[in-house]
Amino acid sequence: MTRAALLVLADGRFPAGGHAHSGGAEAAVKAGRITGAGDLEDFCRGRLHTAGLVAGALAAAAVLGVDPRELDAAADARTPSPALRLAARRLGRQLLRAARASWPCAELDRVAGWFPKGAHQPVVLGLAARAAGLGPSDAAYCALYESVSGPATATVRLLSLDPFDATGVLARLAPELDAVAESAVGAAGRAAARGVAALPAASGPLLEIMAEAHASWPARLFAS
Amino acid sequence: MHLDHLPHGPAAVSADAHRPDGTRRALRIGLGGPVGSGKTATVAALCRELRDELSLAVVTNDIYTREDAEFLLREAVLPPERITAVETGACPHTAIRDDISANLEAVEDLEETVGPLDLILVESGGDNLTATFSKGLVDAQIFVIDVAGGDDIPRKGGPGVTTADLLVVNKTDLAPYVGSDLARMAADAKTQRAELPVVLQSLRGGSGVADVAAWVRERLAAWTA
Ligand SMILES: Nc1nc2c(ncn2[C@@H]2O[C@H](COP(=O)(O)OP(=O)(O)OP(=O)(O)O)[C@@H](O)[C@H]2O)c(=O)[nH]1
Ligand SMILES: [Mg+2]
Repeated sequence: MTRAALLVLADGRFPAGGHAHSGGAEAAVKAGRITGAGDLEDFCRGRLHTAGLVAGALAAAAVLGVDPRELDAAADARTPSPALRLAARRLGRQLLRAARASWPCAELDRVAGWFPKGAHQPVVLGLAARAAGLGPSDAAYCALYESVSGPATATVRLLSLDPFDATGVLARLAPELDAVAESAVGAAGRAAARGVAALPAASGPLLEIMAEAHASWPARLFAS
Repeated sequence: MHLDHLPHGPAAVSADAHRPDGTRRALRIGLGGPVGSGKTATVAALCRELRDELSLAVVTNDIYTREDAEFLLREAVLPPERITAVETGACPHTAIRDDISANLEAVEDLEETVGPLDLILVESGGDNLTATFSKGLVDAQIFVIDVAGGDDIPRKGGPGVTTADLLVVNKTDLAPYVGSDLARMAADAKTQRAELPVVLQSLRGGSGVADVAAWVRERLAAWTA
C-alpha cells in the first residue's frame, strides 16, 4: 500500500468532475440556509453524519470486495431523490474514467462494462481506492472529506465567502470526520460479513427535497 | 493509454482516436475566447455552412446552465438531439482544460446516440484570455476575440491568442464605431502567432465565415487522411 496514492485520490484537483457539483450548497444558499461560515459548518456537519456516513460506508465496503452491483443497488435504496441518483451516477462514471487512466486494471474495466452510464460515485471511489492499493479506511476518509469539501468550495464561489473561513470550517470538522470514518468502516466490515443491509441508511430529507427543486431550476451554477 | 485490444470492451478512457468498436471517432474542435466575442454565433454559422455535407454535433459549456445550447436550439442550427450542454460549476476553463471528464462523456454520448459523426464543436462559455482546451478533449482549437473588446488584445497575447490553431477576430463590422484599428490587430496577431492562421470575421456582413469553414474542412481532411 502506498500512502501517496491516497493523496492523489483525495486531491480536489483529481479530474473526476467534482468541481461542477455543490453537494446541495447552491440550493441551501439560495434558500438562505447558508449565509456565512457558521451556517456552512452546520450544513457540512449535517452532510457528514447523513450522506457522508453512507458514502463512506459504501466506499469502504467496495474496498473490502463487496459486489459493486449490490453496493450500487444499496446506494440507490439510500438515495430517494432521482436527481441525486443521476448526479451520483454521472460522477461515478467520471471518476471511473479517471481511475482507469490512473490505476488501470481488469477490475475497473469490468465495472465499466457493468455500468456504462456509471455506478454511484462512492462505490466507484471504493473501487478506485482498491485499485490504488488503498484500504477501506482510506476510501471512507476520501468519501467523507468530499462530502464536506465540495459544499465548502462551492460556497466560496457562491457567496464569495472568505476562502480562509471555508477552510477553517473543514479543519474544525476534522475530529468529527475521524469519528464518522470509524463508524463507516465498522459498518462496511459488517456489510462484508452479513450483506449490504448492514450498511447505514442515514439521510437528510431536506437535502433530497432541495436537490429535486435545484435540478428543475432553469439557471444554476452547479450541476447539483 | 490504449484500449485497442478491447474492440467491444468498455468505453475508452482517453482521447484515443478510435472508438471502442475500432472506428475512427469524430474530429473535435474547441471554440474559446472572452465573454460575448461571438463563439456561439460562430458555432451557429459553422453549423449552417457545414451541416449539409457533414454529420455534426455541438457541446456547450455554459456558466449559467444552458444559455448557449438554448440559443442554438432556438436558431434551429441542428436538431436538438445533436446539442448537449455541459454544466461547469461556474468554471468553464476547468471543464475544458483541468477536468475534462464531463465533456468527454458528452462527446462520447453524442457519438453513441446520433453518430457516426464527422465533427463535434465544443464551445467554452466565455472566460478569460488564458482559457485553452486540453489536448485530451479537442484535436484543434479556435480562439474567438472581437474588435469591440479592445484592439490591444492581440498585442497582449496570452495562451488563447498565441497558441490557438486558428484565431478569429470577430465583429469587424463594429470597428469604425468602437475606434478599433483592424490593421493593427492583424499585425499584432501576426507577430504573436508567427505562422498560425488568423481570420477577420463579421457575422453581420458574413465575411470570414467561409474562411473559418474552409479551415475546418482542412482539419477534417487531415484527420480522416
Ligand atoms: N455586430 C456584430 N455582432 C456580433 C457578431 N458576432 C456575434 N455578434 C453578437 O455578439 C453577441 C454575443 O455573441 P455570442 O455568439 O453569444 O458570443 P459568445 O462568445 O458565445 O458569448 P458567451 O458564450 O456568453 O461568452 C450577440 O448579440 C451576437 O449577435 C458580429 O460579427 N458582428
Ligand atoms: Mg456562447
